[in-house]
Amino acid sequence: MADVTRIITFVKAINETLHLLMEQDKDIILIGQGITSPWYVGGTCDGLLERFGRGRIIDTPVSENAVTGVAVGAALTGLRPILVHPRMDFMYLAMDQIANHAANWYYMFGGQLSIPITIWAIINRGGEQGAQHSQSLQAIYAHIPGLKVVMPSSPATAKGLLVSSVRDSNPVIYVDDRWLYEQKGDVGEDLFSIPIGKASVIRKGVDITIISSSYMTVMAINAARQLDEMGISVEIVDLLSVKPLDEYTMLTSVSKTGRAIVLDGGWRSFGISAEISATIAEQIMGKLKRPVIRVALPDVPAPSSSALEKVYYPSVEAVVLAVKKGMGRSKPRNI
Amino acid sequence: MKRDALVYTIKHTHPAKSLTYLSLYQTMLTIRLAEEKIAELVSNREIICPCHLYIGQEAVAAGVCSALRKDDWVFSTHRSHGHYLAKGGNLNSMMAELFGRSAGCSGGRGGSMHLADPAIGFPGSSAIVAGTIPLAVGAALSFKLQEKDSIAVAFFGDGAVSEGIFYESLNFASLVKLPVVFICENNLYSTHLPVSDCLADTSISKKASIFNMPGSVIDGNDVLTVYRTALKAIQRARNGKGPSLIECLTYRWLGHVGPSDDLDKGLRNKNELVGWKKKCPVNRFGRYLIEEGIATQDDLDKIGKTIENRIRISVNHGKRCNFPAKKTLTGHVFKD
Repeated sequence: MADVTRIITFVKAINETLHLLMEQDKDIILIGQGITSPWYVGGTCDGLLERFGRGRIIDTPVSENAVTGVAVGAALTGLRPILVHPRMDFMYLAMDQIANHAANWYYMFGGQLSIPITIWAIINRGGEQGAQHSQSLQAIYAHIPGLKVVMPSSPATAKGLLVSSVRDSNPVIYVDDRWLYEQKGDVGEDLFSIPIGKASVIRKGVDITIISSSYMTVMAINAARQLDEMGISVEIVDLLSVKPLDEYTMLTSVSKTGRAIVLDGGWRSFGISAEISATIAEQIMGKLKRPVIRVALPDVPAPSSSALEKVYYPSVEAVVLAVKKGMGRSKPRNI
Repeated sequence: MKRDALVYTIKHTHPAKSLTYLSLYQTMLTIRLAEEKIAELVSNREIICPCHLYIGQEAVAAGVCSALRKDDWVFSTHRSHGHYLAKGGNLNSMMAELFGRSAGCSGGRGGSMHLADPAIGFPGSSAIVAGTIPLAVGAALSFKLQEKDSIAVAFFGDGAVSEGIFYESLNFASLVKLPVVFICENNLYSTHLPVSDCLADTSISKKASIFNMPGSVIDGNDVLTVYRTALKAIQRARNGKGPSLIECLTYRWLGHVGPSDDLDKGLRNKNELVGWKKKCPVNRFGRYLIEEGIATQDDLDKIGKTIENRIRISVNHGKRCNFPAKKTLTGHVFKD
């Protein structure tokens, strides 16, 4: 197979993956609100209805809880549903079916029927949309035993993680972010999968480790470029999977650099950055040159006014500042 | 109708199964005697997990499940034993599960509220009130898309009709015309509250009309009526005509959970309970069989003895087999 560079957007990567997967496996269905609408899913589902029909592409009424239950029931009986929640905020309505059914079913009955469902949760925020149109809730689902949680950060990882999510025999929460949708990247044409539970060191460095996921990885990359010019060598660990967390890759990096900055798209407290900090402290305390630094949302619901949004969502500058703090000096030395 | 042989066949149009009156009686009596034994074991604290007993409602599970095929799926609730046994679940496996043993039908992970036997179309019971209704709809969706003629049944109680997901699920099932039958066992109480304290309009079957689907209310203690009504709805679903709602009026003799009848707690009055016991579905059907000359009292007693023996064996089995090993605690969170 020739290694041809093919630059496509995040949206196109998801769209072509859906087309390829659904062509290959007739048991895959796509079900959820707004999948045939012009707005809800940002072009990711273009062409699917025309190609696969209303039997397999099911745009649903506003019944998040029941529709999730329907998808779980379908997964129990031989189908492989991709359930779309176009806003993670509204997925709360489906929490019972996700936590009490999807997460528990395999364990609760001693390993008989598993639920091969992919729950695609789209983070959509900013643009003065406010508190109910903004949330990044991956930590809540990561906390529940029986669910896997993945977060692509680029077009290639969007494709690879979607493939492995759909092929997994267990419930996988596939969390993407509208702010990633215009990202461009090199993506292989055929179907490929990225294993769930493996992080990726996307930038090698020696001074300090940034651990990030989803859109925060894009910010980390931007920050690292700036920091490079300041003489600070940043290593970036892109989690890709939040649950299970690739502790080995993360801890190997932080052991090497001795410094960790955790970027978390969710709220600061009781979430993913807390989990990572605890893991580092538990396992490689002696290797740390400085305490872990977390960059996350403040413990505040999202405001609407853009003046406040600018302060609410971490900027690349905030990441750069955190790294400088992590280096323990206000002025970087020249290498 | 004179008795020529021990067994008669109920004629119906479904070719795959020949149901006998006596097997129907046997199913009901098995549930009754098993539940009475379990009530005793719970009283003695030999069974610890919470058991929501089905005594008094046997005609619904037996009548509905007898009209189903093995490849039809049944979604049950915390009050699972009757549905499990009527669908063909194994009594020994059920008892072992109640005793928390690894040979239990859920490997000791589920207990009374979470019985499972996927091979007979019983994927697992769930205790979230109304939670399994959309699962049944999902199974029906799956059967339709895979072009199978299996159907799904959702059992739920009157309490479930207060949940929003009931309305969401029935709407969706009717919209997409799915092969599912909704069976509401209206036993007049939702844990401690009478149904009139829960529903602004207590006619549950009437609610079917808002979903553009047929609804009926029947005597849930008359097993033949349950069987015939269910069979019609099942055939309707199987023929692609969509879902139906059947409200079965019935009564549970014991409290919401456990072996007490809740009279001491003042949740029900004695006259009401006594009145419903007089309408016992098992005795009623037994009397019918005798009156129609299908069986003698002797025949029924013999069936009873056989069942009691099976129950004795299952309890011994449950008590004797092993608990799950401690190191198995963290297994089966994910399938490999």
